[in-house]
Amino acid sequence: MSEPKNNPMLQVSHLAKRFEGIVATDDLVLNVEAGELHAVIGPNGAGKTTLIAQLSGQLAPDSGHIVFAGQDITQLPMYRRSALGLARSFQITSLFLDLSVLDNVALAVQAHAGHSFRFWRDARSEPQLREPARALLARVGLGARADQPASLLSHGEHRQLELAMALAGQPCMLLLDEPMAGLGPEESARMVEMLRALKRDLTILLVEHDMEAVFALADRITVLVYGRVVATGVPEDIRANAQVREAYLGEQEAGHV
Amino acid sequence: MTGGFTIRNIVTVALLVALVLLPLYAELAGQRFLLTLFTRIIILALAAVSLNLILGYGGMMSFGHAAYIGIGGYAVGMLAHEGIFSGFVQWPVALLASALFALVIGALSLRTRGVYFIMITLAFAQMAYYIVAGLARYGGDDGLTIYKRSQFVAPLDLSNKVQFYYVCLALLYGSIYLVWRLVNSRFGMVIQGSRSNDMRMRAIGFPTYRYKLVCFVIAGTLCGLAGALLANHTDFVSPGILYWTRSGDLIIMVVLGGMASAVGPLFGAVALLVLEEALPFVIKLLGTPFFGEAAARASEYWQIIMGPLLLLVVLFARGGIMGLLAKVRAKERA
Repeated sequence: MSEPKNNPMLQVSHLAKRFEGIVATDDLVLNVEAGELHAVIGPNGAGKTTLIAQLSGQLAPDSGHIVFAGQDITQLPMYRRSALGLARSFQITSLFLDLSVLDNVALAVQAHAGHSFRFWRDARSEPQLREPARALLARVGLGARADQPASLLSHGEHRQLELAMALAGQPCMLLLDEPMAGLGPEESARMVEMLRALKRDLTILLVEHDMEAVFALADRITVLVYGRVVATGVPEDIRANAQVREAYLGEQEAGHV
Repeated sequence: MTGGFTIRNIVTVALLVALVLLPLYAELAGQRFLLTLFTRIIILALAAVSLNLILGYGGMMSFGHAAYIGIGGYAVGMLAHEGIFSGFVQWPVALLASALFALVIGALSLRTRGVYFIMITLAFAQMAYYIVAGLARYGGDDGLTIYKRSQFVAPLDLSNKVQFYYVCLALLYGSIYLVWRLVNSRFGMVIQGSRSNDMRMRAIGFPTYRYKLVCFVIAGTLCGLAGALLANHTDFVSPGILYWTRSGDLIIMVVLGGMASAVGPLFGAVALLVLEEALPFVIKLLGTPFFGEAAARASEYWQIIMGPLLLLVVLFARGGIMGLLAKVRAKERA
């Protein structure tokens, strides 16, 4: 487990968001170092997905700042953040189900290949879109399913496809919202291996319920409860933290830790 | 439009060739009304092709597409009324006016989704309807007769019915090819991706709004062309050509023919308009031996047959006619 290198990729300061009186994010402070895999855990309703939504630009925070790679992105729309190298995967599978698996990834490649006001040439025969897409599919282990409709893939394969698409823009940081959700033990193990292989090249913010995966992968862990940071530290510290055990792990998950 | 001798491709080519040969048949068989009927079908098919670009490929459920027919048509009619007959002026004005109208409607309506999008496009189209109905100088409710068709250089003469038919057909085929190229280009992939999952498109880095807006304007412009042709075809424009039921007809053509198929709307237009002509006749023919005079009167209610037919297509043939033809191919291979 590497110590923080004080080279922040993502700095979140005093972020706040409420929905009709419910506090989803409360004065949240979070720093993610470059090259770190930083996990965010917390009980249901702790505001983890809301946090990801604000980081990716899907939701606007009420107050606070988000600085990514030295640039304040608090006001930037989703597509601009993506263009800066901040990629996101979705908790609920969000794909182009009526397009082929390869089309899905090729679209993600195209998103980072300049503007798309190109009206004439057949995009499905452009090697500069199709070849990187095929390589990405091979990287996540979906090479053989490239030409099938995305709707025919299993849930686990959808997660792999999500990952391939997130990687298409050669991002410097990934926001992963519960990539293990709904996966069987075998698929989970494969996903953990894949993330372990990625974490050397990429900064990753991982929101996950699967404690086994979190403690196997994370360099540092932040614990959220009711939108507030209760603790941040290396996995051993989090495991030992009494406040965390009481607030979260103690209730249901302590047995697994 | 995948390659090879599939049933779908053979039927498509057969229809395209048949339409090229139709004037010859109409002349030889002495059935000149066919030429008039099919000129109208081809013009409305062009409008349906343009609607399919946003509805079928882009998932933008515009319920105001007839507005562009009206704007294209009225551009020709008003200019003719003011003594400007040159097609080189009339047609560019028709296209430009449609494009501008689409730009304004699109810029506002594309910020909304679902039912709101449908209602906004419908509202703008109805607004255009009431505006032209109120133009007293140009006939108001009664419409405007066009005494001279758009003038181009000799030997092109739109008053010649055969020539006009081929001009319409060439523009239709050109538009189908244009749409086919568009939807398969990078631009088209963005449009189709946005139909499939707009939020995800934005998350992976596409500013989808501006792509959809450009697509909306292209579709509106193409439909404006159909309007310019329709005005020349009927030598008359009235507010009726942009009434909302016309937008409904165009949607039916797209759904009937098969959404997200470049030639689908042509099939839909032919099927809908030929049925419209043929159903009263068929009811009369089949009913007279049994019900005598009553059958003739019943034939006025041909829509009673038409409605359930459309329902069957929507319920059991989601891909429309093109979808059915593709299924025939699949069964043959099995």
